Amino acid sequence: MAEATAGVGSGRRSLPAGWLQDYGVYVGLALLVLVNALFTPNFLSLTSARVQLIQVAPVLLVALGLALVIGTEGIDISVGSIMALAAAVIPLYLGYGFAVALAAALLVGALAGAFNGFLVAFVGVQPIVATLALLVGGRGLALVIANGQLKQVRNETLLALGNGDVLGIPVPILLTAVVALAVGFVVRRSTFGRQVVAIGGNRAAAALGGLPVRRVLLGVYVISGVLAALSGVVTTARLTASDPRAIGDLIELEAITAVVVGGTPLTGGRVRVLATVAGAILMQLIRAALIANNFPDSIARIVQAAIIVAAVLLQRRAS
Amino acid sequence: MSAVAVEVDTAGVARRERAAAFFQRNGALVVLVLVVVAGALAFPSFATGVNLRNIAVQVSFLALIALGMTFVIISGGIDLSVGSVYALGGVLAAWASQFGLLAALALPLAVCGAIGLLNGVLIARGRLAPFIVTLATLLGARGLLLALTDEGAETFLVRDQPAFTFLGQGSLLTLGVPVIIALLAYGLGWLGLNRTRFGQAVFAVGGSEDAAVLMGLPVTRVKVWVYVLSGLLAGLAGALNAARLSSGVTILGVGLELDAIAAVILGGTLLSGGAGSLLGTLTGVLLLGVIQNLINQVGTLNSNFQSVVSGLFLVVVVVVQAWLSRTQRR
Repeated sequence: MAEATAGVGSGRRSLPAGWLQDYGVYVGLALLVLVNALFTPNFLSLTSARVQLIQVAPVLLVALGLALVIGTEGIDISVGSIMALAAAVIPLYLGYGFAVALAAALLVGALAGAFNGFLVAFVGVQPIVATLALLVGGRGLALVIANGQLKQVRNETLLALGNGDVLGIPVPILLTAVVALAVGFVVRRSTFGRQVVAIGGNRAAAALGGLPVRRVLLGVYVISGVLAALSGVVTTARLTASDPRAIGDLIELEAITAVVVGGTPLTGGRVRVLATVAGAILMQLIRAALIANNFPDSIARIVQAAIIVAAVLLQRRAS
Repeated sequence: MSAVAVEVDTAGVARRERAAAFFQRNGALVVLVLVVVAGALAFPSFATGVNLRNIAVQVSFLALIALGMTFVIISGGIDLSVGSVYALGGVLAAWASQFGLLAALALPLAVCGAIGLLNGVLIARGRLAPFIVTLATLLGARGLLLALTDEGAETFLVRDQPAFTFLGQGSLLTLGVPVIIALLAYGLGWLGLNRTRFGQAVFAVGGSEDAAVLMGLPVTRVKVWVYVLSGLLAGLAGALNAARLSSGVTILGVGLELDAIAAVILGGTLLSGGAGSLLGTLTGVLLLGVIQNLINQVGTLNSNFQSVVSGLFLVVVVVVQAWLSRTQRR
């Protein structure tokens, strides 16, 4: 019965279904902008666009790393805890200056990512289990480092990273755009990007084809860890405080949602960078629209849930 | 001469394989015994009847959730929604308790079972990834909870319902009622998993879904039922906890799905499906509960260490498991 239903569905598969999978997120985004422009007061203003993009930046940084991990048929649910770890080490090294603190935070992210990657690539632990361990332990470790306390940060350069402008563009937006371009370049133009997609498409074939599967997997998790740490630094700068208890809490779910809504399949073999950006902005605009029109949080969550299911249903139709 | 050497060698290999299989199945139990013995030696207040009974009551809610999670994971799936469903079950039970015991149990079970059914139908019939579907219901169930409680501002209290609160606070034969319910559930679950067609089908579906289809097993139905079971057990755990707290606390259950998954993994059940044991899950749940209790006993350590230690245990267990399954394959 289920087979029959699925058979009919795939039999009716036509151009629009595949097209919708690839471009659905942009259509959704365009519709949302249109609806917001009509119903949400003051939506179509530069200030509003700036606020929305600044708010989406931390999630997007995490989601870009996750898109690579998901491209290898993996998953990284430890990103929120890595943000907390990065936030926790910033105040420890801020006394030596901004550069040292930033380097320390990114190094912690790289180490955490390497730990995940080692478990996945060399020990052979499933990605969700390997990163679950760090999700559980990482935030605890961050709280132990920070002694469970929120610490104010006062370094001018660090605060500029969250609240400053360059040529009229807020730094978090600029930074995220640069990272998105870099990840896009890596996926489209670099050998590493091709290897990521090849491993996600068929790991056994990639290994037989002589690709450095383990090294690529390790690299992917390290990139995810570093981007999560960067997101932790930016969020700390935005908050003007290091708050390892709350920072990045449940961000893995938001980031995975952005990737999935963008049309990247969880089964790997595909990385859609621009669509991930669109997916993250789409989810942010939905939230903003619901809040601006005085819908309560409960409705916002239910709507998000429905959108996730709709997005994967569309993908299934097309594949 | 050489034949003897070969024989000796195969005997050694067989022994090593048996040892590997034993540790894969009972590794968590060995660790649990060691931790309990160490705890009893280090803290006089640990191995007392009162403390052990407290631990038992505290872990019984997670135990119920992990029971459903074990079925789901053996079938090759995952259920991220249980934490939200657990909280929703508690709120519904507390609200419905004004209409009596029956309503206080029936309403959460009906709603949470329906959420499980929704998960199961979308996953089995709709062929969507379990991770994503249950992620969506994680959000949706929490949204429903917030909608029911005036965005979390209202906490329903259980008033004058001795029969209902007995389920959470009472005790029989010195054991807390939640503990007895959890033990009963594990007994039934063990029978269902190991002694019924349904249980064997769950293993078969998790082992190889294609092979299960070819064998003529009702794969879709089996997959739907494991998620219904998981939803029902999470709802039951929530209702019992509401009875224990005499209120439907709205902020419960965030991240609880991860504890349940961790307990299942600690118990030696493979996340790839097709293998696993309920006894292992129970051991994993107890291990998490004992670690938490011991860290509270230390006193100078704050609760943050608890997650660090749990995370470490998880790493050790999965690394050892990966290594053992490689030894067995050789």
